[in-house]
Amino acid sequence: MSLLSSSVSVTRYRVDGKLADSVIDSVRSGLKNSTIREIENEPDAKSVGWTSFEAPFTPDFEIENFVIAESMVFCLRIDKKSIPAKIINKQFKMAVKKRLSETGREHLSKNEKTEIKDDVLHRLYVRVPATPNVYDIVWNYEAGQLFFFSNLKEANEELETLFSKSFKLTLIRMFPYTVAELSCGLLGPELDAVSKLSPSQFYEARNA
Amino acid sequence: MLDVSVAYNRYKFVGHEFLTWLWFMIETDPDALKKADPDLSAMEIGNKMILENSRNNADETISISGDGAGLEEALLALKKGAKVTEINLVMRAGELEWRFSLKGESLGISGLKCPQTGKVESKSDIEGAVLEKLYLCGRVIDMVEKAFCMFVKLRVSPQWETGSVRKIGSWIDASIK
Repeated sequence: MSLLSSSVSVTRYRVDGKLADSVIDSVRSGLKNSTIREIENEPDAKSVGWTSFEAPFTPDFEIENFVIAESMVFCLRIDKKSIPAKIINKQFKMAVKKRLSETGREHLSKNEKTEIKDDVLHRLYVRVPATPNVYDIVWNYEAGQLFFFSNLKEANEELETLFSKSFKLTLIRMFPYTVAELSCGLLGPELDAVSKLSPSQFYEARNA
Repeated sequence: MLDVSVAYNRYKFVGHEFLTWLWFMIETDPDALKKADPDLSAMEIGNKMILENSRNNADETISISGDGAGLEEALLALKKGAKVTEINLVMRAGELEWRFSLKGESLGISGLKCPQTGKVESKSDIEGAVLEKLYLCGRVIDMVEKAFCMFVKLRVSPQWETGSVRKIGSWIDASIK
């Protein structure tokens, strides 16, 4: 879901580390190096990369401005091709039959079947268009804070991996433990107490 | 600091206790939540709540949804030892209203509907729209974090076991007719 849509989902991150050079130049370089790669007419099943907020299907970080006020705004794009299992199975069986007929044999080895399946998938992926999913990102470098506008597990995992690869910085997802450790201003004994917490029972305590 | 994936699972219960405490605070001491957002005029339970009872090695999930749905079943679940795992909330500040769902284990915010913003009619409107939406989303994100920190500070204090746990138990008792 996009930042500007009527309903949004958001996952918060703390950005651990600092960029060595000019922030904007370093980020622009990271975005350019890992810009989404188009996989139409290619045998790849999936492509993950950065894209621009204003032009998610024609990104050009060389010329585009991705800074809004104190934040850098860009997107993660995940393109995926999906082929129904029944189509793969049909094409595979047809290819096996053709190979048997061509060779005059009754059986194929496991390796031959694997090779045929790979070939079938290769041909199908070239023909199938990829479905793009675009997830907005707002990164306030000075605050060390990043908002990712999705709660989807796969999208969050792809973000964490690509962010680390692109910028050599670590994203720390903010959930109860990390918020308590990093955002609540707890003192040493309080942090120790957090590490030793165990569940409370509300109703039994009252009636004990 | 613990490994993140270990910590996520190990401390899920803290998020569930936070949402249970938040419901208790909304019902019994809503003014105290103004510490999380001084402009807060109201906080209400919205149209969905999910509870989970993991006691006795048997997970039981109770889901209550729909506008005007009663929370009696949720209170009964609390009485049996369940905790709130996800909650839909309505937050108001003056004439502004936000609706969103909050998941305890991740503190992830979903289905966030912010107050109406101006329409984006041209490319030049985008920057203003982004800033306005970020401000509005930020109000909820900040409120959740501050409310969670209020809870955590109480949770690690001696007052939690001696006061809060008993008060929540009494509230559950008094709320079930």
